[in-house]
Amino acid sequence: MIGLQIGKTVFRAPESERPEAPEEIILSTRNLSFWYGEKQALDGISMEIPVRQVTAIIGPSGCGKSTYLRCFNRMNELIPGSNLDGSVEYRGRDINDGRVDPVSIRRQIGMVFQKPNPFPKSIYDNIVFGAKVNGMSADMDELVETSLRKAALWDEVKNDLKQSGLALSGGQQQRLCIARALAVEPEVILMDEPCSALDPIATTRIEDLIRTLRETYTIVIVTHNMQQAARVSDKTAFFTVGESGGGELVEFDETHRLFTTPSDPRTEAYITGRFG
Amino acid sequence: MSEMIQAPRRGGVEALGDLTSRGPARKRRAIIERAIQAVLFACAAISILTTFGIVATLLGETIQFLRQVSIVEFLTGTRWTPLFASKHFGVLPLVNGTIAVAFVAMVVALPVGILTAIFLSEYAPTRFRSVLKPILEVLAGIPTVVYGYFALLFITPILREIFPQTGIFNVASAGIVMGFMILPMMASISEDALRAVPSGLREGAYALGATKYQTVTRVVVPGALSGILAAVILSISRAIGETMIVAIAAGLQPKMGFNLLQSMETMTAYIVQVSLGDTPQDTIEFQTIFAVGTLLFLMTFVMNVVSDWLVRRFREAYE
Amino acid sequence: MITLGETGTRFHTIYRRVVGRGFATATLTATLLGVVMLAVLMFDVFRDGAHEVDGDFLTSYPSRFPEKSGLRSALLGTAWMLGLTAAMAFPIGVGAAIYMEEYAPNNWLTRVIQINIANLAGVPSVVYGLLGLGVFVRAMELGRSVLAGSMTMSLLILPLIIVASREAIRAVPDSLREASLALGASRWQMVSRTVLPSAMPGILTGTILALSRAIGETAPLITIGALTYIAFDPQGPMDLFTVLPIQIFNWVSLPQKEFHSLAAGGIVVLLVVLLLSNSVAILIRNRFERRRY
Repeated sequence: MIGLQIGKTVFRAPESERPEAPEEIILSTRNLSFWYGEKQALDGISMEIPVRQVTAIIGPSGCGKSTYLRCFNRMNELIPGSNLDGSVEYRGRDINDGRVDPVSIRRQIGMVFQKPNPFPKSIYDNIVFGAKVNGMSADMDELVETSLRKAALWDEVKNDLKQSGLALSGGQQQRLCIARALAVEPEVILMDEPCSALDPIATTRIEDLIRTLRETYTIVIVTHNMQQAARVSDKTAFFTVGESGGGELVEFDETHRLFTTPSDPRTEAYITGRFG
Repeated sequence: MSEMIQAPRRGGVEALGDLTSRGPARKRRAIIERAIQAVLFACAAISILTTFGIVATLLGETIQFLRQVSIVEFLTGTRWTPLFASKHFGVLPLVNGTIAVAFVAMVVALPVGILTAIFLSEYAPTRFRSVLKPILEVLAGIPTVVYGYFALLFITPILREIFPQTGIFNVASAGIVMGFMILPMMASISEDALRAVPSGLREGAYALGATKYQTVTRVVVPGALSGILAAVILSISRAIGETMIVAIAAGLQPKMGFNLLQSMETMTAYIVQVSLGDTPQDTIEFQTIFAVGTLLFLMTFVMNVVSDWLVRRFREAYE
Repeated sequence: MITLGETGTRFHTIYRRVVGRGFATATLTATLLGVVMLAVLMFDVFRDGAHEVDGDFLTSYPSRFPEKSGLRSALLGTAWMLGLTAAMAFPIGVGAAIYMEEYAPNNWLTRVIQINIANLAGVPSVVYGLLGLGVFVRAMELGRSVLAGSMTMSLLILPLIIVASREAIRAVPDSLREASLALGASRWQMVSRTVLPSAMPGILTGTILALSRAIGETAPLITIGALTYIAFDPQGPMDLFTVLPIQIFNWVSLPQKEFHSLAAGGIVVLLVVLLLSNSVAILIRNRFERRRY
């Protein structure tokens, strides 16, 4: 067994029961470049994200990791003057195809943001929001309960479902946002530095949750915290700022391999703290 | 914990068909979305229609008017008697009255407004300021008909005490009261301009041994000059367009000259005077109010554009 | 030791101090002048008019006889005008604000609309009266009706509602927009379920303040031909009408002192109405501010 210590975290390679067989790919990008106006944010990124695993994206700030994540549910197109080149595929289908409705993509690819952003509504209404806008005719009470249970928040809030989502603590708010994303029954959950605004205890709870959710969902998580990537992910991608000023993919591998035997010197420099 | 998590119902290959906006439900929603966007655009477009309507209405009647009266007579004539048997259509007496009232208003609003702005921005403690500002804003919210009452029945009697030759209707009382009406706007735009002057400039002056007075008058106020100028121009524009105060307190006699204690008629007061009477439509008397309105619109429009440009300039200068 | 003031500069120091104090006092005096003027105005109006305000005054029609005169038709006319104006200006103004903030592409047309709205806010109100006279009263043949008056007034206050609503909408954090879009909401679902509920207190405050302006406006309604003397209740949107400030104007314009006192009474009522509507606006704003965290 290979062990690696980063800070206080002991990282262990997964047991060999993990399938080494060809992985099923759910999301992929080919030669993806992205610009905000004149400024390039991503430069030619090709990557394949396997189904029902946690894929972490790490790298120094400004390397475009959040931008990359937001390409998967077409959130970037809300920014005026942005431009995309290359392809983003969801189950082999180009999601930037003119016929594809961004709304239906976002229904299947959920997102959790850096700062918890519950609606200024009750906990209950936060959860059912997605179901309502998508016209789902589920039993709403049941949906609220299962979603909150999946997000490990049910026991803490089951008696105050009418309370405002804003009254919760930061960590609870973030789990509420995860529950809210789960309620739409997505296949993929994109997480954009979900713990960066949380304290260590709340962070631990979210990380536990991510490990549980991996059984059912494909998770792509952007994090500035290498230890977190090591703790929760199966595969890790390391981005850096390339010569064009846009983010480049340096290395993408099994997490334990990337952290123990990186093949690129830049990765090694970054994970050993000599850079970034 | 993991046993209660079931696989998502959808996903896999089924999901693919869902991605497009086909399918009856999605198609319907797409149509609704477009319809809503069109309605919202129509709401925004009403503002364009309003401008178009103003220009078309004013020009339409003004052109009718100018068919009968030469534009030279209109713009340079010094007698305005369209409602009398012997008609003269020289608009200058109305312009003269308008300028006279605006002049008095600015004699009040300019010094008081700038000093107020300096006090609020440089001297007033925060608490004091947060009480004073809303009180001054109330001045801007009082209906103009109330100011008209106040000018005619409070200020004019006082003026008549001091200057017995003062007329019942006079330019001075209307102008003084109007000055207080535009004071909040004058003060608030000037204050914005003063506050936009970077504190580094103030510190620089203090560091050279300047007193507060010297810093304010030689560094801060000059630095805010374009913003203060914008406030002045906008205030004049407001004074020119103000109607009820002058209609009540300044009288309805189109006169040349600059005797501020006597009655004069402004452009706006003339429009009210005709509107109150039974002037038949499609007569030249009726068309005169549109001709006067066009002139009023153009004057205020130019001033608003200039002041807007100045405001943007001082914002850019320090940002 | 360094001497900080030789004879030559000591006079100068004192002089500088006196000038500085004098100037500071002048700025304070100027500020208080505005406040004092407001107080004098209020005092004068209430002294002249408060005794006029009683039940009869509110429920009688205007009359040739001052002691029998009242505000009934003016109050009803103001209520009609206000209701119709709110019904037209609120949805259009909010719709325009939503379009500008949430939908408008960044192109020349958007910029034209934006500049146009800013310019409309500076057009003198009497010019709106001429527009109403030309378009609503004559071209659309609505006559001197309360509907024509309300349409004119709606156009007048639209820029105010649009500007206030845009500010309220802009204040809604983008994170809420992203959250709803990420959950699969369409643009309108995002706007109607997330943005508008959060922006509504600000929008309402702005709308009430704009309507307050409409309550006090006189010139545009006189220009479209609203009457100064009405001795019946307006029954529908096509009826002739008068409003509070026009009634006040009418009384001020009469030479008799008794009517001046009625005018002051009308002003007291008008100011109380405005005070109430502004209080409601402040109440809404305060409630909203408390609810934010």
